[in-house]
Amino acid sequence: MNKFTGKVWVLGDDIDTDIIIPTDYLALPTIEDMKQYGFSPLRPELASRIQEGDIIVAGKNFGCGSSREQAPEIIKALKVACVIAKSYARIFFRNSINNGLLLIENDQIQDVVKEGDMLTVQMGEYLQLGDRTFPIASLPDNLMDIINAGGLVKAMQRRNGIETED
Amino acid sequence: MGSTLIEKIVARNIGADQVKPGQIVTVNVDRVMIHDIFIPFVADKFEEMGFTSLWDPDKVVLIYDHLIPTSAVEDVRHFKIGDAFAEKYGLKNVHRSDGICHQLMTEAGYAKPGNIVFGTDSHTTTYGCVGCFSSGIGYTEMASILGTGQLWIRVPETIKVVVNGTLPDNVTAKDVILRLIGDLRSDGATYKVLELSGSAVDAMSVASRMTISNMAIEAGAKACLFRPDEKTCEYSRVNMEDVDWLYPDEDADYCRVMEYRAEDLVPVLACPSQVDNIKPVTEVEGTELDQVFIGSCTNGRLEDLAVAAGILKGHTTACKLIVTPASRKIYMEAIKAGYMETLAKAGAIITQPGCGLCCGRAGGILTDGEKVLATNNRNFLGRMGTSKVGIYLGSPATAATSAITGKITVPKGIQGN
Repeated sequence: MNKFTGKVWVLGDDIDTDIIIPTDYLALPTIEDMKQYGFSPLRPELASRIQEGDIIVAGKNFGCGSSREQAPEIIKALKVACVIAKSYARIFFRNSINNGLLLIENDQIQDVVKEGDMLTVQMGEYLQLGDRTFPIASLPDNLMDIINAGGLVKAMQRRNGIETED
Repeated sequence: MGSTLIEKIVARNIGADQVKPGQIVTVNVDRVMIHDIFIPFVADKFEEMGFTSLWDPDKVVLIYDHLIPTSAVEDVRHFKIGDAFAEKYGLKNVHRSDGICHQLMTEAGYAKPGNIVFGTDSHTTTYGCVGCFSSGIGYTEMASILGTGQLWIRVPETIKVVVNGTLPDNVTAKDVILRLIGDLRSDGATYKVLELSGSAVDAMSVASRMTISNMAIEAGAKACLFRPDEKTCEYSRVNMEDVDWLYPDEDADYCRVMEYRAEDLVPVLACPSQVDNIKPVTEVEGTELDQVFIGSCTNGRLEDLAVAAGILKGHTTACKLIVTPASRKIYMEAIKAGYMETLAKAGAIITQPGCGLCCGRAGGILTDGEKVLATNNRNFLGRMGTSKVGIYLGSPATAATSAITGKITVPKGIQGN
Protein backbone atom coordinates (compact mmCIF):
# COMPACT_ATOMS: atom_id res chain seq x y z
CA MET A 1 0.00 0.00 0.00
CA ASN A 2 2.59 2.53 -1.09
CA LYS A 3 0.11 4.69 -2.96
CA PHE A 4 -3.61 4.92 -2.34
CA THR A 5 -6.57 7.25 -2.83
CA GLY A 6 -9.50 7.77 -0.48
CA LYS A 7 -12.51 9.95 0.22
CA VAL A 8 -11.90 12.62 2.86
CA TRP A 9 -13.78 13.29 6.10
CA VAL A 10 -12.80 16.60 7.70
CA LEU A 11 -12.56 17.07 11.47
CA GLY A 12 -11.21 20.00 13.51
CA ASP A 13 -8.53 20.58 16.15
CA ASP A 14 -8.22 18.65 19.44
CA ILE A 15 -10.34 15.64 18.45
CA ASP A 16 -10.12 13.92 21.84
CA THR A 17 -10.43 10.25 22.74
CA ASP A 18 -13.81 10.81 24.42
CA ILE A 19 -15.07 11.96 21.02
CA ILE A 20 -13.45 9.05 19.18
CA ILE A 21 -15.01 6.59 21.64
CA PRO A 22 -16.93 7.77 24.75
CA THR A 23 -16.12 6.02 28.08
CA ASP A 24 -19.71 4.71 28.19
CA TYR A 25 -18.97 2.21 25.46
CA LEU A 26 -15.51 1.06 26.61
CA ALA A 27 -16.91 -1.86 28.59
CA LEU A 28 -18.55 -3.38 25.50
CA PRO A 29 -16.89 -6.74 24.83
CA THR A 30 -15.27 -6.09 21.45
CA ILE A 31 -14.07 -3.32 19.17
CA GLU A 32 -16.69 -4.46 16.64
CA ASP A 33 -19.41 -3.73 19.24
CA MET A 34 -17.94 -0.32 19.94
CA LYS A 35 -17.16 0.95 16.46
CA GLN A 36 -20.69 2.14 15.63
CA TYR A 37 -20.27 4.74 18.41
CA GLY A 38 -17.05 6.16 16.99
CA PHE A 39 -17.05 9.99 16.95
CA SER A 40 -20.66 9.97 18.24
CA PRO A 41 -20.48 12.98 20.62
CA LEU A 42 -19.36 15.18 17.72
CA ARG A 43 -20.94 13.52 14.67
CA PRO A 44 -23.33 10.69 15.49
CA GLU A 45 -23.76 9.81 11.79
CA LEU A 46 -20.07 9.54 10.95
CA ALA A 47 -19.30 5.93 11.94
CA SER A 48 -22.10 4.59 9.75
CA ARG A 49 -21.04 6.68 6.75
CA ILE A 50 -17.28 6.00 6.73
CA GLN A 51 -16.36 3.44 4.08
CA GLU A 52 -13.31 1.26 3.61
CA GLY A 53 -10.32 3.25 2.42
CA ASP A 54 -11.64 6.67 3.49
CA ILE A 55 -9.22 9.20 4.94
CA ILE A 56 -9.69 11.41 8.00
CA VAL A 57 -8.13 14.88 7.82
CA ALA A 58 -7.97 16.78 11.10
CA GLY A 59 -6.24 19.72 12.78
CA LYS A 60 -3.79 19.81 15.65
CA ASN A 61 -3.49 17.46 18.64
CA PHE A 62 -5.57 14.60 17.21
CA GLY A 63 -6.24 11.87 19.80
CA CYS A 64 -5.63 13.98 22.89
CA GLY A 65 -7.08 12.80 26.17
CA SER A 66 -7.18 9.31 27.56
CA SER A 67 -4.87 6.35 26.95
CA ARG A 68 -7.71 4.21 25.59
CA GLU A 69 -6.28 2.13 22.81
CA GLN A 70 -9.80 1.52 21.55
CA ALA A 71 -9.49 4.95 19.90
CA PRO A 72 -7.02 3.91 17.16
CA GLU A 73 -8.52 0.41 17.11
CA ILE A 74 -11.96 1.82 16.29
CA ILE A 75 -10.60 4.02 13.52
CA LYS A 76 -8.87 0.96 12.14
CA ALA A 77 -12.02 -1.17 12.54
CA LEU A 78 -13.95 1.45 10.53
CA LYS A 79 -11.38 0.62 7.83
CA VAL A 80 -10.05 4.16 7.59
CA ALA A 81 -6.90 4.05 5.40
CA CYS A 82 -5.04 6.71 7.37
CA VAL A 83 -5.44 9.82 9.50
CA ILE A 84 -3.76 13.04 8.37
CA ALA A 85 -3.47 15.68 11.09
CA LYS A 86 -1.39 18.74 11.92
CA SER A 87 -0.13 16.94 15.07
CA TYR A 88 -0.97 14.00 17.36
CA ALA A 89 -1.18 13.48 21.11
CA ARG A 90 1.64 11.29 22.43
CA ILE A 91 -0.23 8.23 23.77
CA PHE A 92 -2.55 8.08 20.76
CA PHE A 93 0.48 8.20 18.47
CA ARG A 94 2.15 5.24 20.23
CA ASN A 95 -1.10 3.28 20.34
CA SER A 96 -1.66 3.80 16.62
CA ILE A 97 1.81 2.61 15.67
CA ASN A 98 1.41 -0.46 17.90
CA ASN A 99 -1.87 -1.31 16.19
CA GLY A 100 -0.76 -0.57 12.66
CA LEU A 101 -2.97 2.49 12.11
CA LEU A 102 -1.18 4.77 9.69
CA LEU A 103 -0.77 8.38 10.87
CA ILE A 104 0.55 11.13 8.63
CA GLU A 105 1.58 14.57 9.81
CA ASN A 106 0.84 17.53 7.54
CA ASP A 107 -0.29 21.06 8.37
CA GLN A 108 -1.12 22.41 4.91
CA ILE A 109 -3.74 20.12 3.42
CA GLN A 110 -6.33 21.36 5.98
CA ASP A 111 -6.47 24.77 4.25
CA VAL A 112 -7.57 23.38 0.92
CA VAL A 113 -9.27 20.03 1.40
CA LYS A 114 -13.05 19.74 1.63
CA GLU A 115 -15.14 16.87 2.94
CA GLY A 116 -15.84 14.42 0.14
CA ASP A 117 -12.68 15.30 -1.86
CA MET A 118 -10.60 12.42 -3.20
CA LEU A 119 -7.05 12.54 -1.79
CA THR A 120 -4.05 10.48 -2.86
CA VAL A 121 -1.25 9.44 -0.48
CA GLN A 122 2.20 8.46 -1.72
CA MET A 123 3.78 6.96 1.43
CA GLY A 124 6.74 8.84 2.82
CA GLU A 125 6.61 11.34 -0.06
CA TYR A 126 3.52 13.45 -0.67
CA LEU A 127 -0.23 14.00 -0.52
CA GLN A 128 -1.99 14.86 -3.76
CA LEU A 129 -5.24 16.80 -4.08
CA GLY A 130 -6.20 17.57 -7.68
CA ASP A 131 -3.03 18.97 -9.22
CA ARG A 132 -1.50 20.14 -5.93
CA THR A 133 0.96 18.10 -3.86
CA PHE A 134 2.06 18.46 -0.24
CA PRO A 135 5.27 16.84 1.05
CA ILE A 136 5.10 14.37 3.97
CA ALA A 137 7.89 12.84 6.08
CA SER A 138 8.62 9.18 6.74
CA LEU A 139 8.62 7.70 10.27
CA PRO A 140 11.75 7.06 12.41
CA ASP A 141 13.39 3.62 12.05
CA ASN A 142 12.37 2.21 15.43
CA LEU A 143 8.70 2.88 14.64
CA MET A 144 8.99 1.48 11.13
CA ASP A 145 10.44 -1.70 12.73
CA ILE A 146 7.24 -2.18 14.75
CA ILE A 147 5.05 -1.40 11.73
CA ASN A 148 7.10 -3.72 9.52
CA ALA A 149 6.74 -6.50 12.08
CA GLY A 150 2.97 -6.04 11.74
CA GLY A 151 2.46 -4.23 15.05
CA LEU A 152 3.71 -4.76 18.60
CA VAL A 153 1.81 -8.03 19.19
CA LYS A 154 3.52 -9.64 16.19
CA ALA A 155 6.90 -8.21 17.23
CA MET A 156 6.50 -9.83 20.66
CA GLN A 157 5.29 -13.11 19.14
CA ARG A 158 8.47 -13.19 17.09
CA ARG A 159 10.49 -12.53 20.27
CA ASN A 160 8.72 -15.41 21.99
CA GLY A 161 9.32 -17.75 19.06
CA ILE A 162 5.71 -17.99 17.97
CA GLU A 163 5.12 -18.36 14.24
CA THR A 164 1.94 -16.74 13.01
CA GLU A 165 0.13 -16.98 9.72
CA ASP A 166 0.31 -14.24 7.09
CA MET B 1 25.72 21.08 30.05
CA GLY B 2 23.80 19.67 33.02
CA SER B 3 20.67 17.56 33.19
CA THR B 4 16.99 18.18 33.93
CA LEU B 5 15.09 15.96 36.39
CA ILE B 6 13.78 13.63 33.68
CA GLU B 7 17.23 13.28 32.13
CA LYS B 8 18.68 12.31 35.54
CA ILE B 9 15.99 9.67 36.12
CA VAL B 10 16.36 8.11 32.66
CA ALA B 11 20.20 8.16 32.76
CA ARG B 12 20.27 6.47 36.17
CA ASN B 13 17.73 3.89 35.02
CA ILE B 14 19.76 2.79 32.00
CA GLY B 15 23.16 3.18 33.70
CA ALA B 16 24.34 6.05 31.50
CA ASP B 17 26.25 9.14 32.63
CA GLN B 18 23.89 11.41 30.79
CA VAL B 19 21.06 11.29 28.23
CA LYS B 20 19.91 14.00 25.84
CA PRO B 21 16.46 14.88 24.44
CA GLY B 22 15.69 13.06 21.21
CA GLN B 23 17.69 9.96 22.15
CA ILE B 24 15.67 6.74 21.92
CA VAL B 25 16.42 4.44 24.86
CA THR B 26 14.97 1.29 26.42
CA VAL B 27 14.17 1.75 30.12
CA ASN B 28 13.71 -0.83 32.87
CA VAL B 29 10.28 -0.31 34.37
CA ASP B 30 10.05 -0.05 38.17
CA ARG B 31 6.27 -0.49 38.44
CA VAL B 32 3.18 -0.69 36.28
CA MET B 33 -0.48 0.07 36.98
CA ILE B 34 -3.42 -1.49 35.16
CA HIS B 35 -7.02 -0.51 35.92
CA ASP B 36 -10.28 -2.38 35.57
CA ILE B 37 -11.37 -0.85 32.26
CA PHE B 38 -8.33 -2.17 30.40
CA ILE B 39 -7.39 -5.41 32.20
CA PRO B 40 -9.41 -7.61 29.76
CA PHE B 41 -7.50 -6.13 26.83
CA VAL B 42 -4.10 -6.36 28.59
CA ALA B 43 -4.76 -10.00 29.51
CA ASP B 44 -5.76 -10.84 25.92
CA LYS B 45 -2.73 -9.16 24.34
CA PHE B 46 -0.34 -10.65 26.94
CA GLU B 47 -1.35 -14.19 26.03
CA GLU B 48 -1.64 -13.44 22.33
CA MET B 49 2.00 -12.27 22.44
CA GLY B 50 2.98 -15.70 23.74
CA PHE B 51 4.09 -14.77 27.26
CA THR B 52 3.58 -17.38 29.96
CA SER B 53 4.77 -15.46 33.04
CA LEU B 54 4.99 -11.91 34.35
CA TRP B 55 8.47 -10.36 34.37
CA ASP B 56 8.02 -9.56 38.05
CA PRO B 57 4.58 -9.98 39.72
CA ASP B 58 5.57 -7.66 42.62
CA LYS B 59 6.00 -4.80 40.18
CA VAL B 60 2.50 -5.09 38.77
CA VAL B 61 -0.46 -3.32 40.40
CA LEU B 62 -4.07 -3.98 39.40
CA ILE B 63 -6.65 -1.46 40.58
CA TYR B 64 -10.43 -1.58 40.22
CA ASP B 65 -11.74 1.99 40.22
CA HIS B 66 -13.55 2.99 37.00
CA LEU B 67 -16.28 0.38 37.45
CA ILE B 68 -16.55 0.48 41.28
CA PRO B 69 -19.26 -0.20 42.20
CA THR B 70 -20.66 -1.65 38.98
CA SER B 71 -23.31 0.33 37.15
CA ALA B 72 -24.00 -2.19 34.37
CA VAL B 73 -24.14 -5.97 34.36
CA GLU B 74 -21.31 -6.20 31.81
CA ASP B 75 -18.93 -4.41 34.21
CA VAL B 76 -18.64 -7.58 36.30
CA ARG B 77 -16.78 -9.25 33.44
CA HIS B 78 -13.81 -6.95 34.03
CA PHE B 79 -13.43 -8.07 37.66
CA LYS B 80 -13.78 -11.74 36.74
CA ILE B 81 -11.07 -11.43 34.09
CA GLY B 82 -8.86 -9.35 36.42
CA ASP B 83 -9.20 -11.82 39.29
CA ALA B 84 -8.50 -14.78 37.00
CA PHE B 85 -5.39 -13.05 35.58
CA ALA B 86 -4.13 -12.25 39.10
CA GLU B 87 -4.66 -15.84 40.21
CA LYS B 88 -3.05 -17.39 37.13
CA TYR B 89 0.09 -15.24 37.18
CA GLY B 90 0.58 -14.76 40.92
CA LEU B 91 -0.33 -11.11 41.07
CA LYS B 92 -0.63 -9.97 44.71
CA ASN B 93 -1.04 -6.19 44.40
CA VAL B 94 -4.75 -6.07 43.64
CA HIS B 95 -6.98 -3.27 45.00
CA ARG B 96 -10.65 -4.09 44.59
CA SER B 97 -12.28 -1.04 46.22
CA ASP B 98 -9.59 1.04 47.92
CA GLY B 99 -9.80 4.13 45.75
CA ILE B 100 -8.72 5.74 42.51
CA CYS B 101 -5.59 4.28 40.91
CA HIS B 102 -3.65 7.55 40.73
CA GLN B 103 -4.19 8.27 44.42
CA LEU B 104 -3.28 4.73 45.48
CA MET B 105 -0.06 4.49 43.49
CA THR B 106 1.78 7.06 45.61
CA GLU B 107 -0.37 6.68 48.76
CA ALA B 108 0.41 2.94 49.01
CA GLY B 109 4.05 3.54 48.07
CA TYR B 110 4.06 1.79 44.68
CA ALA B 111 5.46 4.87 42.88
CA LYS B 112 8.44 6.45 44.61
CA PRO B 113 10.88 9.29 43.88
CA GLY B 114 13.23 8.47 41.00
CA ASN B 115 11.15 5.49 39.77
CA ILE B 116 9.95 4.93 36.21
CA VAL B 117 6.29 3.87 36.19
CA PHE B 118 3.79 3.32 33.38
CA GLY B 119 0.03 2.94 33.64
CA THR B 120 -2.88 2.24 31.31
CA ASP B 121 -4.36 5.65 31.97
CA SER B 122 -3.43 9.07 30.68
CA HIS B 123 -3.44 10.64 34.15
CA THR B 124 -0.52 8.40 35.15
CA THR B 125 1.51 11.64 35.00
CA THR B 126 0.21 12.13 38.59
CA TYR B 127 3.17 10.35 40.29
CA GLY B 128 5.51 13.12 39.15
CA CYS B 129 4.35 14.88 42.33
CA VAL B 130 6.94 12.80 44.21
CA GLY B 131 9.61 13.02 41.50
CA CYS B 132 8.65 9.78 39.76
CA PHE B 133 8.76 9.63 35.94
CA SER B 134 5.33 8.22 35.18
CA SER B 135 3.35 8.24 31.98
CA GLY B 136 0.30 6.70 30.34
CA ILE B 137 0.46 3.98 27.68
CA GLY B 138 -2.00 1.75 25.85
CA TYR B 139 -2.86 -1.86 26.69
CA THR B 140 -0.72 -3.44 23.96
CA GLU B 141 2.42 -1.74 25.28
CA MET B 142 1.39 -2.67 28.82
CA ALA B 143 1.17 -6.31 27.76
CA SER B 144 4.69 -6.12 26.32
CA ILE B 145 6.04 -4.61 29.57
CA LEU B 146 4.34 -7.36 31.61
CA GLY B 147 6.39 -9.85 29.61
CA THR B 148 9.68 -7.98 29.24
CA GLY B 149 9.89 -5.35 32.00
CA GLN B 150 11.04 -2.84 29.43
CA LEU B 151 9.74 -0.07 27.18
CA TRP B 152 11.36 2.17 24.57
CA ILE B 153 11.03 5.89 25.07
CA ARG B 154 12.27 9.01 23.42
CA VAL B 155 14.05 11.22 25.97
CA PRO B 156 11.77 14.28 26.10
CA GLU B 157 12.62 17.98 26.18
CA THR B 158 11.78 19.79 29.40
CA ILE B 159 9.72 22.95 29.94
CA LYS B 160 10.70 24.69 33.18
CA VAL B 161 7.80 26.30 35.04
CA VAL B 162 8.70 28.63 37.90
CA VAL B 163 6.09 30.00 40.31
CA ASN B 164 7.56 32.37 42.86
CA GLY B 165 5.82 34.22 45.67
CA THR B 166 2.74 33.55 47.78
CA LEU B 167 -0.57 32.48 46.24
CA PRO B 168 -3.54 34.72 47.11
CA ASP B 169 -5.89 33.27 49.74
CA ASN B 170 -8.50 32.10 47.23
CA VAL B 171 -6.06 30.64 44.68
CA THR B 172 -5.06 26.96 44.85
CA ALA B 173 -2.82 24.54 42.97
CA LYS B 174 -5.82 23.83 40.71
CA ASP B 175 -5.90 27.44 39.56
CA VAL B 176 -2.14 27.28 38.91
CA ILE B 177 -2.35 24.22 36.65
CA LEU B 178 -5.47 25.49 34.85
CA ARG B 179 -3.71 28.80 34.12
CA LEU B 180 -0.66 26.89 32.91
CA ILE B 181 -2.79 24.71 30.59
CA GLY B 182 -4.50 27.84 29.28
CA ASP B 183 -1.10 29.36 28.45
CA LEU B 184 0.42 26.17 27.00
CA ARG B 185 -2.85 25.17 25.26
CA SER B 186 -3.93 21.56 24.97
CA ASP B 187 -0.89 20.51 22.93
CA GLY B 188 1.76 22.92 24.22
CA ALA B 189 3.65 20.27 26.16
CA THR B 190 3.09 17.31 23.83
CA TYR B 191 6.08 14.89 23.96
CA LYS B 192 7.60 17.18 26.64
CA VAL B 193 8.05 17.17 30.41
CA LEU B 194 6.95 19.94 32.77
CA GLU B 195 9.38 20.59 35.63
CA LEU B 196 7.91 22.76 38.41
CA SER B 197 9.90 24.89 40.83
CA GLY B 198 9.82 28.19 42.71
CA SER B 199 8.92 29.29 46.22
CA ALA B 200 5.14 28.91 45.69
CA VAL B 201 5.73 25.31 44.56
CA ASP B 202 8.06 24.64 47.51
CA ALA B 203 5.31 25.84 49.84
CA MET B 204 2.75 23.41 48.38
CA SER B 205 1.79 20.14 50.03
CA VAL B 206 2.42 16.91 48.11
CA ALA B 207 -1.37 16.72 47.64
CA SER B 208 -1.39 20.11 45.88
CA ARG B 209 1.55 19.11 43.67
CA MET B 210 -0.44 16.00 42.81
CA THR B 211 -3.27 18.18 41.47
CA ILE B 212 -0.76 19.81 39.12
CA SER B 213 0.98 16.64 37.92
CA ASN B 214 -2.41 14.94 37.49
CA MET B 215 -3.52 17.56 34.95
CA ALA B 216 -0.23 17.99 33.07
CA ILE B 217 -1.51 15.57 30.43
CA GLU B 218 -4.20 18.13 29.58
CA ALA B 219 -1.40 20.19 27.99
CA GLY B 220 -0.16 17.00 26.32
CA ALA B 221 2.78 16.46 28.72
CA LYS B 222 4.53 13.11 28.88
CA ALA B 223 5.36 13.70 32.55
CA CYS B 224 5.32 16.46 35.18
CA LEU B 225 8.07 16.41 37.76
CA PHE B 226 8.68 18.00 41.14
CA ARG B 227 12.03 17.77 42.90
CA PRO B 228 11.57 15.69 46.07
CA ASP B 229 11.89 17.57 49.39
CA GLU B 230 11.29 16.71 53.06
CA LYS B 231 7.52 16.68 52.50
CA THR B 232 7.93 14.23 49.63
CA CYS B 233 10.17 11.94 51.66
CA GLU B 234 7.75 11.87 54.57
CA TYR B 235 4.82 11.10 52.25
CA SER B 236 6.71 8.48 50.23
CA ARG B 237 8.43 7.01 53.30
CA VAL B 238 11.97 7.37 51.92
CA ASN B 239 15.06 9.08 53.33
CA MET B 240 16.43 12.36 52.00
CA GLU B 241 19.74 10.54 51.31
CA ASP B 242 17.86 8.22 48.93
CA VAL B 243 16.92 11.16 46.72
CA ASP B 244 20.03 13.35 47.03
CA TRP B 245 20.83 12.70 43.35
CA LEU B 246 17.41 13.81 42.18
CA TYR B 247 17.68 17.52 41.41
CA PRO B 248 17.94 19.52 38.17
CA ASP B 249 21.41 20.90 37.44
CA GLU B 250 21.73 24.68 37.35
CA ASP B 251 23.05 24.52 33.79
CA ALA B 252 20.38 22.08 32.58
CA ASP B 253 18.97 22.75 29.12
CA TYR B 254 15.27 23.70 28.88
CA CYS B 255 13.31 24.11 25.65
CA ARG B 256 11.16 26.77 27.29
CA VAL B 257 10.97 28.62 30.60
CA MET B 258 7.66 29.97 31.92
CA GLU B 259 7.68 32.23 34.97
CA TYR B 260 4.75 33.31 37.12
CA ARG B 261 4.34 35.64 40.09
CA ALA B 262 2.03 33.79 42.47
CA GLU B 263 0.47 37.12 43.54
CA ASP B 264 -0.75 37.71 39.96
CA LEU B 265 -2.79 34.49 39.82
CA VAL B 266 -6.58 34.47 40.26
CA PRO B 267 -9.26 31.76 40.57
CA VAL B 268 -9.98 30.40 37.08
CA LEU B 269 -12.24 27.88 35.36
CA ALA B 270 -11.83 25.66 32.31
CA CYS B 271 -15.02 26.45 30.39
CA PRO B 272 -16.93 24.08 28.07
CA SER B 273 -15.71 21.98 26.37
CA GLN B 274 -11.94 22.06 26.34
CA VAL B 275 -9.54 22.06 29.27
CA ASP B 276 -7.50 24.90 27.76
CA ASN B 277 -10.52 27.21 27.51
CA ILE B 278 -9.50 29.10 30.66
CA LYS B 279 -11.34 32.15 32.00
CA PRO B 280 -11.15 34.01 35.33
CA VAL B 281 -14.10 32.98 37.53
CA THR B 282 -15.18 36.63 37.54
CA GLU B 283 -15.88 36.44 33.80
CA VAL B 284 -18.50 33.70 34.12
CA GLU B 285 -19.73 34.55 37.63
CA GLY B 286 -23.49 34.15 38.04
CA THR B 287 -23.86 31.25 35.58
CA GLU B 288 -26.62 29.00 36.99
CA LEU B 289 -25.51 25.51 37.99
CA ASP B 290 -27.44 22.23 38.23
CA GLN B 291 -24.68 20.37 40.03
CA VAL B 292 -21.30 20.74 41.72
CA PHE B 293 -18.76 17.91 41.94
CA ILE B 294 -15.90 17.88 44.44
CA GLY B 295 -13.59 14.89 44.20
CA SER B 296 -11.62 12.68 41.79
CA CYS B 297 -7.89 11.90 41.57
CA THR B 298 -7.38 15.59 40.77
CA ASN B 299 -9.02 17.12 43.85
CA GLY B 300 -10.44 14.45 46.14
CA ARG B 301 -7.77 14.59 48.82
CA LEU B 302 -8.05 15.48 52.50
CA GLU B 303 -6.96 19.10 51.98
CA ASP B 304 -9.61 19.51 49.26
CA LEU B 305 -12.35 18.10 51.50
CA ALA B 306 -11.08 20.35 54.33
CA VAL B 307 -11.44 23.43 52.11
CA ALA B 308 -14.92 22.35 51.00
CA ALA B 309 -16.05 21.64 54.56
CA GLY B 310 -14.61 24.95 55.77
CA ILE B 311 -16.60 26.86 53.17
CA LEU B 312 -19.83 24.83 53.46
CA LYS B 313 -19.97 24.71 57.27
CA GLY B 314 -23.30 26.08 58.42
CA HIS B 315 -24.62 26.49 54.87
CA THR B 316 -27.06 24.56 52.73
CA THR B 317 -26.35 23.77 49.08
CA ALA B 318 -28.52 25.45 46.45
CA CYS B 319 -27.88 22.73 43.86
CA LYS B 320 -26.85 19.07 43.89
CA LEU B 321 -23.40 18.58 45.40
CA ILE B 322 -21.54 15.32 44.83
CA VAL B 323 -18.43 14.59 46.90
CA THR B 324 -16.07 11.74 45.98
CA PRO B 325 -12.95 11.16 48.09
CA ALA B 326 -9.95 9.85 46.14
CA SER B 327 -9.32 6.85 48.37
CA ARG B 328 -10.69 4.84 51.28
CA LYS B 329 -7.86 6.19 53.48
CA ILE B 330 -8.83 9.78 52.68
CA TYR B 331 -12.51 8.93 53.21
CA MET B 332 -11.78 7.64 56.71
CA GLU B 333 -9.52 10.56 57.59
CA ALA B 334 -12.22 12.97 56.44
CA ILE B 335 -14.79 11.21 58.64
CA LYS B 336 -12.42 11.42 61.61
CA ALA B 337 -11.76 15.13 60.99
CA GLY B 338 -15.52 15.83 60.85
CA TYR B 339 -15.46 17.04 57.22
CA MET B 340 -17.89 14.40 56.03
CA GLU B 341 -20.44 15.33 58.70
CA THR B 342 -20.17 19.00 57.74
CA LEU B 343 -20.56 18.19 54.04
CA ALA B 344 -23.48 15.82 54.64
CA LYS B 345 -25.26 18.40 56.80
CA ALA B 346 -24.85 20.95 54.02
CA GLY B 347 -26.65 18.53 51.68
CA ALA B 348 -23.79 16.75 49.92
CA ILE B 349 -24.26 13.37 48.26
CA ILE B 350 -21.12 11.52 49.32
CA THR B 351 -20.05 8.64 47.08
CA GLN B 352 -17.52 5.84 47.47
CA PRO B 353 -13.96 6.53 46.26
CA GLY B 354 -13.80 5.77 42.53
CA CYS B 355 -13.81 7.26 39.05
CA GLY B 356 -17.63 7.30 38.69
CA LEU B 357 -18.77 10.76 37.64
CA CYS B 358 -15.36 11.96 36.40
CA CYS B 359 -15.37 9.35 33.64
CA GLY B 360 -19.11 9.75 33.09
CA ARG B 361 -20.15 6.21 33.98
CA ALA B 362 -22.13 6.72 37.17
CA GLY B 363 -22.81 8.82 40.24
CA GLY B 364 -24.40 11.98 38.91
CA ILE B 365 -24.41 12.00 35.12
CA LEU B 366 -26.25 14.93 33.51
CA THR B 367 -28.39 15.67 30.47
CA ASP B 368 -28.86 18.28 27.72
CA GLY B 369 -28.70 21.89 28.86
CA GLU B 370 -27.47 21.16 32.39
CA LYS B 371 -24.36 22.79 33.81
CA VAL B 372 -21.89 21.39 36.31
CA LEU B 373 -18.90 22.92 38.09
CA ALA B 374 -16.46 20.11 38.82
CA THR B 375 -13.01 19.71 40.36
CA ASN B 376 -11.85 16.84 38.15
CA ASN B 377 -9.58 16.99 35.12
CA ARG B 378 -11.62 16.83 31.91
CA ASN B 379 -14.58 18.73 30.48
CA PHE B 380 -14.66 17.11 27.06
CA LEU B 381 -17.93 16.83 25.12
CA GLY B 382 -20.06 14.09 26.65
CA ARG B 383 -17.65 13.42 29.51
CA MET B 384 -20.36 13.53 32.25
CA GLY B 385 -23.49 12.61 30.36
CA THR B 386 -24.80 13.91 27.05
CA SER B 387 -22.75 16.02 24.66
CA LYS B 388 -24.90 19.06 25.55
CA VAL B 389 -23.83 19.22 29.21
CA GLY B 390 -21.75 22.30 30.07
CA ILE B 391 -18.78 21.29 32.26
CA TYR B 392 -16.71 23.91 34.10
CA LEU B 393 -13.53 22.79 35.88
CA GLY B 394 -12.31 24.67 38.93
CA SER B 395 -10.82 24.43 42.41
CA PRO B 396 -12.56 22.90 45.43
CA ALA B 397 -12.85 26.43 46.86
CA THR B 398 -14.64 27.73 43.77
CA ALA B 399 -16.79 24.58 43.68
CA ALA B 400 -17.84 24.71 47.34
CA THR B 401 -18.57 28.46 47.20
CA SER B 402 -20.66 27.96 44.05
CA ALA B 403 -22.59 25.08 45.63
CA ILE B 404 -23.90 27.47 48.29
CA THR B 405 -25.25 29.95 45.75
CA GLY B 406 -26.15 27.51 42.96
CA LYS B 407 -24.29 29.84 40.61
CA ILE B 408 -20.66 30.18 39.59
CA THR B 409 -19.21 32.29 42.40
CA VAL B 410 -15.73 33.66 43.14
CA PRO B 411 -14.39 32.09 46.36
CA LYS B 412 -13.33 34.24 49.25
CA GLY B 413 -10.10 33.53 51.14
CA ILE B 414 -9.57 30.02 52.37
CA GLN B 415 -8.60 29.74 56.02
CA GLY B 416 -5.12 28.36 56.48
CA ASN B 417 -4.31 28.14 52.77
